Amino acid sequence: MAAVIELTNVSKVYGRGEAEVRALDGVSIGIERGDFVAIIGASGSGKSTMMNIIGCLDAPTSGGYFLDGIRTADLDEYQQAQIRNRKIGFVFQNFNLISRTKAADNVAMPLAYAGVGRQERHTRALAMLDAVGLASRADHKPSQLSGGQQQRVAIARALVTNPVLLLADEPTGALDSRSSDEILDLFERLHAAGRTIVMITHEMDVAERAGRVVRMQDGRIISDVRQRPLRVPALAAAQ
Amino acid sequence: MSLLESARFALAGVAANKLRSVLTTLGILIGIAAVIVLLAVGAGTSNAIKAQIGKLGTNVLTVSRSTSVGGRAGAGTAVSGTRTRSTNLTLDDEKSLTDPVLAPDVARTAPIVQAQGVTGTYNNATHSVASFLGTTAPYFTISNSTVAAGSLFTDADQQGAAPVAVIGATVASDLFGASTASAVGQTIQLNGQNFTVSGVLTAKGSSGLNDPDDIVVVPLSTAQSKFTGYAPTLASITVQAASADVMNQAQNELQMILDARHGVDATNRDYQIRNQAQILTTATNTTQTLTILLGAVAAISLLVGGIGVMNIMLVTVTERTREIGIRKAIGASRGSIVAQFLIESLIISVIGGVAGIVIGFTGSAFPVLGVQPEVQPWTVWLSLAVSAVIGLVFGVYPANKAAKLRPIDALRYE
Repeated sequence: MAAVIELTNVSKVYGRGEAEVRALDGVSIGIERGDFVAIIGASGSGKSTMMNIIGCLDAPTSGGYFLDGIRTADLDEYQQAQIRNRKIGFVFQNFNLISRTKAADNVAMPLAYAGVGRQERHTRALAMLDAVGLASRADHKPSQLSGGQQQRVAIARALVTNPVLLLADEPTGALDSRSSDEILDLFERLHAAGRTIVMITHEMDVAERAGRVVRMQDGRIISDVRQRPLRVPALAAAQ
Repeated sequence: MSLLESARFALAGVAANKLRSVLTTLGILIGIAAVIVLLAVGAGTSNAIKAQIGKLGTNVLTVSRSTSVGGRAGAGTAVSGTRTRSTNLTLDDEKSLTDPVLAPDVARTAPIVQAQGVTGTYNNATHSVASFLGTTAPYFTISNSTVAAGSLFTDADQQGAAPVAVIGATVASDLFGASTASAVGQTIQLNGQNFTVSGVLTAKGSSGLNDPDDIVVVPLSTAQSKFTGYAPTLASITVQAASADVMNQAQNELQMILDARHGVDATNRDYQIRNQAQILTTATNTTQTLTILLGAVAAISLLVGGIGVMNIMLVTVTERTREIGIRKAIGASRGSIVAQFLIESLIISVIGGVAGIVIGFTGSAFPVLGVQPEVQPWTVWLSLAVSAVIGLVFGVYPANKAAKLRPIDALRYE
């Protein structure tokens, strides 16, 4: 079965000489389709750098990264933008919705960059909002929504292009415990439906909801524990 | 990502900050309106001057005595020459100019004598006449003069030195009041001598300091017998060329004839020829310079407006750094970010341009300093193109700045 993410001996170095910082130091990891992986570590452990590389927002200094079988180092700027658009759905700690735009339009935005027609965009955005339980809030602006609701809009936006990977960076970091639970429940449902999810966090109780927990420290993976068996491939294939 | 989508995002961006967009638009609006109005004023002035000169007679050349006789060269000739040299213009000179062989381009000529300080009186009204001329009938054709009432004097009046006068509209209204037509047939005194008013000239309208309607025209012979005496000296000869195209040929022919008659050449001419076409050219050049200056001032304000657009676009890009990061993270390519911000600045400047054209047209409807501005159609197209170019040129840098932002930096931006 093809891995969605394949990192081989990836390093990321900032600065030079004395000031050199190895944010990632020879990391190798493979993430299978349909997996729900939590990457956990203290700040400075390199987990955000890894997330940026996985999300095609940053390039590794050395090593290879294959996303869905594509060698990302070979891609130019435009192709990387397309990869971010089609293959990856981002969920951020602070939601990163566009504040003056309605929820439905926020969700539809990636489709606009994918060249999907206006009518279909709207239909798919509404369907996705419905899937995260916010169909009634489609015409609200982000400022009119609670934190948990905003994060659900962000998840709907991340999923609207039907990406192979949902990449979440501290998705519950800015939420109260009830909203956090809602979001994590949503992740579990998505996982159950066959989505591949990579979630960065520094909270162990959040990480425990994942099927596999990768612990990082000083730019290296120090442990990689499977808590629940990987879903049967049949379910993943049904995606 | 189609341009249409970029345009939608751009429109949303413009609408997000309405007051700021309107104020930025204002910069372009004022610039474009200024260009249109000021160039219209320039064109209006130019046309007004042309019309004014046209009223004074087209194709007209005026031969007059030189006020200074050729300086050293003239004096030298006078001392060495034993031959008699006519330094005055005479009636014979005038007659010699109507020569179908030597001067085929001269249509007609009129001799002119002038008297200064002539005062007209009728009953108790008096009027100091600015311009008192004695001439022959062709003068009226040459100077584009027609009668509003009565008739011009005839060749018979000229031969008989009849005491008749054709008076201008200003003179008529000063002596006879509002109904100038009532002057016809009345007897007025010019410096105490009786003249019958044969006609009142159609008003030409004032051109600043000179009032072409403050005039009294009498037959040459009458003027000579009653005012200037029978000396053969003329003040000037008015010449009409066959057409406006042959002004220079006509001038050359006049010079050839008069040079021969006066025994002079180009170095020591004792007369000068004023060419209406040259005056027109000079006036046109002057107004063109004026128009260019006005246009330059307007262009500067347009430039300032363009810099305003760039300034606001830079602010917008900085302010929306996070948004740019988000858009890039969800799949916006550099091209679509550039398109979005470029279209945004294009929208601002083209809206400003269109509004400026409307304001420019409105502003040009009102006379400025007595001149009716005339909007030049080409300035409208030019303004539209210029405002679009401003939007592109001043939008490129901010748009590129936005597109070059790295998504991870942009997302972290607070």
